[in-house]
Amino acid sequence: MDVILVGLFSLAIIKATPLVYGALCGILGERSGVINIGIEGMMLIGAFMAFMGSALFGKWTGAAFSPNLALIVGLAIGVLSAALVAALHAVLSIHYKIDQVISGTVINLLAAGITDYAANVYIDPSHLSGVGVFPEVPIPLLSQIPILGKIFFSQQPMVYFMFGLVIFLQYAIFNTPWGLRMRSVGEHPSAADTVGINVNRTRYINVILGGALAGLGGAFLVLESVGRFQKLMTAGRGFIALAVMIFGRWTPVGAFLAALLFGFAEALGVRLQFGDINHLYALVVIIAVIVLFVGAVGLIRSWVIRSRSSRSLVVNLSLIGLGALTLIAAKLIQFPDMAIPIEFLGLLPYILTILALTGLVRKAVGPAAIGRPYEKQ
Amino acid sequence: MTTPVLQLENITKHFPGVLANASICFDLLSQEIHAVLGENGAGKTTLMNIVYGLYKPDSGRILVNNEPADIEDPNDALRAGIGMVHQHFKLVPVMTVTENLMLGHEKTRGLPLGMLGRLDRKQVSQEIRSLGERYGLRVDPDATVEDLSVGEAQRVEILKVLYKGADILILDEPTAVLTPQETEELFEIMRALVGQGKSIIFITHKLKEVRAVANRITVLRQGKVVGTTTPDAVNMAELAAMMVGRAVLLTVDRGQSHPKGVVLSVEKLTVPGKSNQPVVNDVSFGVRAGEIYGIAGVQGNGQTELVEAITGLKKSVSGNVKILGKDITNLGPRLLAHAGLAHVPEDRQKHGLVLAFSVEANLVLETYYQQPFSDGWWIHPQEMRKNAKKLVAEFDIRTPSVSIPVSSLSGGNQQKVIIARELSRAIKLLVINQPTRGLDVGSIEFIHKRIIEARDQGVAVLLISVELDEILSLSDRIGVMYNGRMVAEIPASAAKRETLGYYMAGLRVEQSANKNVS
Ligand SMILES: Nc1ncnc2c1ncn2[C@@H]1O[C@H](COP(=O)(O)OP(=O)(O)O)[C@@H](O)[C@H]1O
Ligand SMILES: [Mg+2]
Repeated sequence: MDVILVGLFSLAIIKATPLVYGALCGILGERSGVINIGIEGMMLIGAFMAFMGSALFGKWTGAAFSPNLALIVGLAIGVLSAALVAALHAVLSIHYKIDQVISGTVINLLAAGITDYAANVYIDPSHLSGVGVFPEVPIPLLSQIPILGKIFFSQQPMVYFMFGLVIFLQYAIFNTPWGLRMRSVGEHPSAADTVGINVNRTRYINVILGGALAGLGGAFLVLESVGRFQKLMTAGRGFIALAVMIFGRWTPVGAFLAALLFGFAEALGVRLQFGDINHLYALVVIIAVIVLFVGAVGLIRSWVIRSRSSRSLVVNLSLIGLGALTLIAAKLIQFPDMAIPIEFLGLLPYILTILALTGLVRKAVGPAAIGRPYEKQ
Repeated sequence: MTTPVLQLENITKHFPGVLANASICFDLLSQEIHAVLGENGAGKTTLMNIVYGLYKPDSGRILVNNEPADIEDPNDALRAGIGMVHQHFKLVPVMTVTENLMLGHEKTRGLPLGMLGRLDRKQVSQEIRSLGERYGLRVDPDATVEDLSVGEAQRVEILKVLYKGADILILDEPTAVLTPQETEELFEIMRALVGQGKSIIFITHKLKEVRAVANRITVLRQGKVVGTTTPDAVNMAELAAMMVGRAVLLTVDRGQSHPKGVVLSVEKLTVPGKSNQPVVNDVSFGVRAGEIYGIAGVQGNGQTELVEAITGLKKSVSGNVKILGKDITNLGPRLLAHAGLAHVPEDRQKHGLVLAFSVEANLVLETYYQQPFSDGWWIHPQEMRKNAKKLVAEFDIRTPSVSIPVSSLSGGNQQKVIIARELSRAIKLLVINQPTRGLDVGSIEFIHKRIIEARDQGVAVLLISVELDEILSLSDRIGVMYNGRMVAEIPASAAKRETLGYYMAGLRVEQSANKNVS
């Protein structure tokens, strides 16, 4: 595999990271029965406060500490602020029983307004600058694995943390008392209530915890990706995170895989702008990656549901083989130069996603009680 | 069987505008099945929710094993050995039986991580299996609840209570959703439980059931205890009178029917099910004007699909349906309504009403676009209201106002809204499925009278019910469905419970007779 592809996949992981954090926020909320349309706003606040925290800490302390400390301070402030915004969503939708979609929308508008205003009146005039980003931390040994080492194990710390979080939450939601209770609250709150589980408390905890994760996603944009705050820098990622959550069927691992697909699309868009990739080649690569992805997801799915159908095994394995072969073959072929509009190429993964969504995922059913405030009887 | 395990002293509970429980005294003896009988709204569920800690009483106290018990929430109740099976299942459909049972009291294995420990599904699943064996409650612990039948789900609910270590079981209307067979099985289970030292409060509004299974009966009416008695001391009519507060006709006076020409004719109708296997298989029958044709059968033998095919909710693959000679096979519901069909569906909340709409809007769901409710452009609210007021009076629908959402009415009154809507049009054929499921004696009496009236006005009535008594007391002719086929058709005068029961179980009468001989 060549440098371009490895770089592309590695970038895909980076682009997927904020989406995964956002989706995990959505999963925690909806698994307990609270819709969170406000992920976008929570991420934006997280990004803004992470920037303010790190930049001001850096400015005030001068060069007394390592920039990493400023970044960590920023991270903590970003996460806490987003959790606070989530607490607002929780109070509005759980305590005051305001329509959850409206409450989330309010948060999005509020976040956009506040951060925009603050950037205009403070950041821009004061020329406040960031303190850089977390460095890459290649993991010893693992980063030496050919191809995969470069893609997965030569990343920045918040990417690793995301890996860990996905694995932990996948385990916790489905295999611990905590997860069982959260899911029961999202599916059938009165059943949970009758066995002594506090429905509203569970929901508060999940929404606020989710907000903290969305804050991580926002902070990531500032602290590991861009290095400074830009107005509306989340650019709809909070909403894509919702799509990722649904595509991943409300499971952390599913969301991770879905985010990879979206992250790949974004990475490709970025990469194509350099103008050094043959467009036809890019087209073939996209299709090959999607085929590979569909096969991999199918394989993981049948492993998760412990299906022993040999037919689906054969189908999934041949999809993976086909995708991999196409990737290799595409390297060997000399494609004629032909300009396809970059926008179209950028769109293609989304179109294929929609097709995959309708064809493969079948019914995506969320937790049964989402959107409804809990009333005793 | 003489020591009281539970005593309620002067329990009183107000809801805004209602006195749900008025100074109720009640006691449950050890190893006793004590039935609490009362109409819908009598306050049975409220009283039990108080015992189970879901509501706080305004006054009164609860004694468990002669000790005053302070029950603040369900956890307190469970600690005191009280478990409750709710009227509406409290099971999470997407989870397994095991997960549902461990919920709230999870067992973990491996590292002691508390709430983040690893669920020990295997261990609990084994415990459930042996618990089930001990009490004769067969369920697969690894099955997902949504795949279970209603009867199985009920067993899971009982197991859940037993698993939590309850000695006092409260069963709130457990039979409302069960078929007669399942009800019989439940009674067996209840007797077995009592035999093993448990005590049961059994809530119902069905008179037959209390007589079949209860040791003592306490009757509740409008939040008050009317009296406590034993099954031997009273007959059905007396019990009904205690419950309703007046004499009730338990059997309908069906009078003489005068059937005329055929209105509905169904010929060789076949309807596919989920897996394309026919669930209604080559069914033919006819219903004449002025007669009630009853279809008996155990739930799930194709009755639902047959009705759906006749009423335009499901497509048939072969055969045809005619109303007054006109072929209406696979037409949509609106065209069928024009052809004179009225349909009272099985699931009144899902298919019969728009729950969020007002009572008056629900009363014109089929006619809102016609004169006088609309001129084609606008709906005339005053006409809608006039219509609603008229029907509310005529059909004795108890509602504080016609503009409140129909969801806030009781089940019996919701059913009356549907029946009022359907019977207030000019109709030729009434298809009525499970007309009285879950309703109280008063409403049942009323609805049965209306069905007979419709028949006497020359409407052809197709009645589908899993309550054999209902079929027997109303029908002029009876068809029995088994496994998607119409296996028998008997005039009501010749129909006997036992014969119908054999057909419903898929046995031929001759065969069973032979068996008896050999
Ligand atoms: N949570 C509640 N809020 C207000 N009124 C209620 C509530 N629960 C029950 N009621 C009223 O209390 C009365 C008794 O209801 P319930 O105990 O459910 O009766 P039953 O179980 O005997 O059918 C009814 O009039 C009902 O409308
Ligand atoms: Mg009740």
